[in-house]
Amino acid sequence: MPTLKCPICGGVVAVPDDAMPGELVEHECGVTLEVSRNPNGELVLKPFEGVQEDWGE
Amino acid sequence: MPRIVFLYDIVRLDERMLIDRLRERSEVELLHIPSAILPLSNEPMVAGDIALQRCTSYYNAISSTIAVESWGLRVINNSFALAISEDKAWSLALMSKQGIPVPKTLLAYSIEGAVEAARKLGFPVVLKPVMGSWGRLASLAVDEETVRSIAEHREYLGGVYRIHYIQEYVRKPGRDIRAMCIGDSVPVAIYRESSHWITNTARGGRAVPARVNAELEDVVLRACKAVGVEIGGVDVVEDPERGYLVLEVNAVPEYKNIARVTGVDVANLIVDYVVSEAKR
Repeated sequence: MPTLKCPICGGVVAVPDDAMPGELVEHECGVTLEVSRNPNGELVLKPFEGVQEDWGE
Repeated sequence: MPRIVFLYDIVRLDERMLIDRLRERSEVELLHIPSAILPLSNEPMVAGDIALQRCTSYYNAISSTIAVESWGLRVINNSFALAISEDKAWSLALMSKQGIPVPKTLLAYSIEGAVEAARKLGFPVVLKPVMGSWGRLASLAVDEETVRSIAEHREYLGGVYRIHYIQEYVRKPGRDIRAMCIGDSVPVAIYRESSHWITNTARGGRAVPARVNAELEDVVLRACKAVGVEIGGVDVVEDPERGYLVLEVNAVPEYKNIARVTGVDVANLIVDYVVSEAKR
């Protein structure tokens, strides 16, 4: 399982082997993180900013 | 194997289940809309037999659907269905026109207009933004002063919030219904139970399996047809005298709670439909 760095606490975050941009990951530091790609095409994490408008259940 | 273009912005459990099921039955082209550059052109950016729209953000969904449709690719749900169902006034008007039972609803464009509309409906009334979901900013007003206060806040928010969508309060039995429509069937539904008048599961409503009887199936299918939705989550309330009343149709419906409490593999049913449409 690949690991990425939490942009908030700097800790290690394990993500699924087939993680894709847009995937949400809960981290033990209490932040929801979103998988993203940097300009080099590498997977990185950023804080999930939530959804502004939506369809819910 | 059909090739399905999957349009998304975030991957919730709902999207993850769909992607997993799609991969079993088709080739999947994932298109992450927030990081995409989409041509508005009749030259497809990616090849596919059909596209499934799963963006959580309405604006991501409608714009990306319009782009993908410009490539000549069919999208489920299509752009008209997305636009109509996002707008509570538009969708309610179309459903009403088709004879589908809906709550009495008025639009007003000023604070005093909102108060007058509430008087006409009789208290209590519900004020909702014409756009949005999860029950956000839906307000229950028990008297004129409350309506005036809510309308004043909405006026200050500006834009679409200045359109006052005012609806009779339906004295539902502590629950409402979320039914899934997939093509020409209504395979599953839940009650959302709550002691609070807002019953959305996103707001703490408890999901419980509900039986889909012929009358519920009929009203749900007609509601989806009225707004052009093929895959939808339909919110229905039970009025003690009038029976089922349709509140709205959600065109990119969440379903994880429905799947959890009913045991129905909703993702698989959606994929069944999308794959069958891709082969047509």
